[in-house]
Amino acid sequence: MSKYAVEVDHVSMLFNMSGEKVDNIKEYFVRLLTRKLNYEEFWALRDISFKIEKGDRVGVMGFNGAGKSTLLKVVAGVLKPTMGSVKVRGVVAPMIELGAGFDMNYTGKENIFLYGATMGYPRRFLEEKYDEIVEFSELGKFINSPMKNYSSGMKSRLGFAIATAVKPDILILDEVLSVGDAAFKEKSEQRILDLMDDGVTVLFVSHSTERVKKICNKAIILTKGQLIASGDAESMCSIYTEMINSR
Amino acid sequence: MSGKTKMKSQFGNFFKYRYLINELVSKNIKLQYRNSVLGMFWTFLQPLLTMIVLSVVFNNLFGRDSSKVVNYPVFLLCGRLLHEFFTSSTKRAMKSIRSRASIIKKVYVPKYIYPLSAVISKFITFLISLLVLVFVILYFNLVNKNPITLTPNLLWAIPPVIVLFFFSLGVGMILATLDVFFKDIENIYDVFCMLLFYTTPIVYTIDRLDYAKDTLVGLLIRLNPMYGFIEMFRGAVIHGAEFYTYFNMNLFWYCCGVTVFVMVVGFTMFYKNQDKFILHI
Repeated sequence: MSKYAVEVDHVSMLFNMSGEKVDNIKEYFVRLLTRKLNYEEFWALRDISFKIEKGDRVGVMGFNGAGKSTLLKVVAGVLKPTMGSVKVRGVVAPMIELGAGFDMNYTGKENIFLYGATMGYPRRFLEEKYDEIVEFSELGKFINSPMKNYSSGMKSRLGFAIATAVKPDILILDEVLSVGDAAFKEKSEQRILDLMDDGVTVLFVSHSTERVKKICNKAIILTKGQLIASGDAESMCSIYTEMINSR
Repeated sequence: MSGKTKMKSQFGNFFKYRYLINELVSKNIKLQYRNSVLGMFWTFLQPLLTMIVLSVVFNNLFGRDSSKVVNYPVFLLCGRLLHEFFTSSTKRAMKSIRSRASIIKKVYVPKYIYPLSAVISKFITFLISLLVLVFVILYFNLVNKNPITLTPNLLWAIPPVIVLFFFSLGVGMILATLDVFFKDIENIYDVFCMLLFYTTPIVYTIDRLDYAKDTLVGLLIRLNPMYGFIEMFRGAVIHGAEFYTYFNMNLFWYCCGVTVFVMVVGFTMFYKNQDKFILHI
C-alpha cells in the first residue's frame, strides 16, 4: 500500500469562457457560421502536482479565483481534469456544499436515505446510523415534515450530520465549518476534530490563517491556478499573511 | 486506465450505486402523486379517462371502419399505454441530467444513473397501469359486448414490452445528452411526441393508410419501431387466436435491431460527453 492518500499529478483544468452560454441550436449555428465559437480559454488550474500522506491535514489557501474550489472538485472526482491525473485512495467525503442532493418535496427522513445513497452509502448502513443522524441534526419531530418547510440552518445541519455519519478516509472541507448557530458550530467543529484524531486525511480550504494553523499540519498556496508554495502550515501561513499585506 | 479496468470500475460503480437507483426510482414514483387526493389511483384513472375520451372522439364523433377492430376501447388502450410509457419515460430521461445540475456539480455520481432511474420508474408506473387493461377486458367480457378471447399467445405481449424498455432507455440517453448542450430539444421533442402519437397507428389501424402504402410517408410510418411494438402487443392481447397470421415476426426482429442500434448510439454519446456535462449545466 502506498503511503499517499491523494496524488495529484500535473493537473490542469481548462474552462471555456464564452460570453454567454450557448445552449440553443440557433445560437450555436449562428456562432458556428460567424466563427465565434472559439471561446475565451481560461486555465483554472495549471500544472499542479502534490502528494498528501495518509493522516495529513492540508490547508489550501489562496485569493478569490485562485482555483481552490476547482482543485477540491477535481480531487473529489466531480470535475475531470483536462490534463494530468488524480489518484485517491479510500472513501472521500466531500463537504463542498451541504445538502445539494436534497429533494424539497421529500421529508427529512426520506432525504437521509436519498442523500446517503447519492454519497454511495448502502441503505442498511443508513438505517443503523439513522437515530444518530437525527439526534446530531437536532431536528426532532421536524424530521417527518417536508424539507421545503425547513430553514436553511436546518438543511445544512442535516446535511452535515449525514456527511459525517460515515468515517471517511479523506475529508474535503470547503469552509463548511460555519453551520448553524454558535452551539451547533462548536458541536460540528468538535466532530471534525474527532474525525481528525482518528487519522482522517483532510483537505481544507480557508482564507483564515488562524483556522489553517489550528486544523492543519501542512498547507499549499495557490495563485491564479498555480501552486506557488507548499510546506508545513506555520511557514505557509506566514507567507500567505505576507501576500495579503503586500497586495 | 485500460479498457478492461474501466469496464470493471463502471460495473463496480453500478453495484455500489444500486441503492441510489432504488432511492431515485421510489422517489419518482412516490412524489408523482403526493399531495393529490386520489394519489396512486391516478395511475389507473388517467389512462382509463384518456381511453374514454379518445373512444368517444374517434369512435363516435369521427366514425371509423370497424371491420378489423374487435373492440375499439381495448385496441386504443393497448396503443396508448405503450405510447405513453415511451413518451413519458424519454421526456423524463431527457431532463434528468439538466434538472440534477446542483448535485452533479457537487458530488461525484455516475451520471447514467439519472436517465436509467427515470426510465425504470416510468416502466414501473406503466406496469401498474397495465391493470387498467385487465379491468377493461374483464368488463367487456362480463357484459359480453365485443368480448376478447384470451389465449396462451397472450405471453407474446411480454417481449415487445421488454424491448420497448431498452428502446426507451437508448432514446432517453440520446435526449439527455442533447439536452445538456441544447435546451431547445425539450420544446422540439414535445412537438415530436405529438407527431408520433398521430403517425403511429394508435387511434386507427394501419390499413387505413393503405392508400399511401407506396409513398414515402407510408414507408416512414411502417419503419417507426413504435408501430412494431404496439402491433405485436395488440396482436397478443386482442388477436391471440390468430396471432401468427396477424403479426409478422420479422417486424419484431426489425424492432430489436433498431433497439440495439439506438442503445449503442445512446450509450456511446452519453459516455463520450459525460465529463463535459458539468461545464454546460
